[in-house]
Amino acid sequence: MSLLSDLATPIVMGILLGGLYSIIALGLSLVFGVVKEINIAHGDLVILGSYFGFVALTIVGIDPILSLIIGIPLFFGIGFAIQKYLLNRAFRISMDATLIIAFGISIILQNTFQLVWTPLSRGLTTSYALASFSAGPIYVPLVYLLDLIVAILVMFFLRELLRRTYMGIAIRSAAQDRMAAQLMGINTNRVYALTFGISTALAAVAGVFLGLTFPFTPVSGMSFLIIALGVVVLGGLGSIAGTLVAGIAFGLAQTLGGYFFGVAAQMLVAYTMVLVVLAVIPRGIFGR
Amino acid sequence: MWDVSLSVNSGEIVAIIGANGSGKSTLLNTISGLMHPAQGSIEFAGNDISVLEPFHIVDLGIALLPEGGRIFPDLTVLENLKIGSYNRKARSESSHNLQRVYQLFPVLKTKEAQLAKTLSGGEKQMLALGRSLMSDPKLILLDEMSLGLAPLLVNDLYRALREIRERGLTILFVEQNVRRSLTEADRAYIMETGRIVLSGNVDDLREEEKVKKAYFGT
Repeated sequence: MSLLSDLATPIVMGILLGGLYSIIALGLSLVFGVVKEINIAHGDLVILGSYFGFVALTIVGIDPILSLIIGIPLFFGIGFAIQKYLLNRAFRISMDATLIIAFGISIILQNTFQLVWTPLSRGLTTSYALASFSAGPIYVPLVYLLDLIVAILVMFFLRELLRRTYMGIAIRSAAQDRMAAQLMGINTNRVYALTFGISTALAAVAGVFLGLTFPFTPVSGMSFLIIALGVVVLGGLGSIAGTLVAGIAFGLAQTLGGYFFGVAAQMLVAYTMVLVVLAVIPRGIFGR
Repeated sequence: MWDVSLSVNSGEIVAIIGANGSGKSTLLNTISGLMHPAQGSIEFAGNDISVLEPFHIVDLGIALLPEGGRIFPDLTVLENLKIGSYNRKARSESSHNLQRVYQLFPVLKTKEAQLAKTLSGGEKQMLALGRSLMSDPKLILLDEMSLGLAPLLVNDLYRALREIRERGLTILFVEQNVRRSLTEADRAYIMETGRIVLSGNVDDLREEEKVKKAYFGT
């Protein structure tokens, strides 16, 4: 009984944390599934979203979540331009070239963060950042709950976009068969730019909620990229539901691993789980 | 592929005949903009289209049904058809064209909510043909539409093709079955290793000694 009530906290926290992980992973998964690029700058784009929220809060003085009204279209534009002017051109040479360009973007972003905001740890300290409420025996931080709610909302929105609009069906067509998509009259390069734009807009959302949940530094992007990669392969490529389930599984493995083996073993347990699951189901939980 | 000169008149049905590797697919892929000619030009309705990208060419009214159909396996049947009408002009006619495709292949309507990968081989090819028609083309290019299908299904597809033609579409098709080509087409071109070696209307070609020897064994 005491073990069960002790476990309640890591279980609830793991599930909620999984929400944040799945928002971070969603954009990575989308570009991976559609454009077949491994965007290793995705973590840094997420942190760019965190700094965007930081500027909104500390300089402009508006709530970081509210600032996403500007942040989402702005980041969409940045992502669209990255794919259109950099990656689509590299694409014609080879997929390796896109990987190197993404790596370059990653380094440029990290160094820019250091120059502009110094290597100090920052956080989005809003009035509600530290608020929590009690649910039975446990205390739940409000932002953790927001993470999961927003993850579900974002995924629902993305799913509807991909299912119901011409653009969404075009994105899925291009992901399945590039040549056939071109024969349908789809400008696949434009579809890739749109996809990267959506992915970067998702990074803005992820970044703001990450900043509300954890402190971040200019190099935080890399550790969240590693988590997101684990979530993407665990969930199976191109599956939205899979990304949520995998995000939660990853969050649970981390919090329960921390509970049983200590904080130092959190990532070890989470990644061991990823490897074990992949050994059993190589295509991931929801993979096709 | 070189020295290829070919023309198709509006409303005609023209066959390209040749063995594997004779350049038939390359020819169709070049017309639809997937590849570009090193020299020479491709004209459609008076415009040079040889440097255009595939999505421009679809807008102009040319649809290619590629070899193997290439339907989108993880889209539903309806989504496959819907994406066929992606270009702006066809989009406004989408529901009208959808009804026509369903008239042509009623089985697609009954399975419209299924994922395309669950269809049988013949249904997949019907879907591929229907999807090409959704772009409201003036000229349709068919690359080995009947490859690997049972004869009865092939008959169905060609029956549909004749109906499509009645509506005024121009058809250029590649087919390995020579007998079939010479029955369905008005004119035919015969290709060997990247060149056109013979052309003419099908009645004359049937009598041609070379064709008889090479393809009918008489």
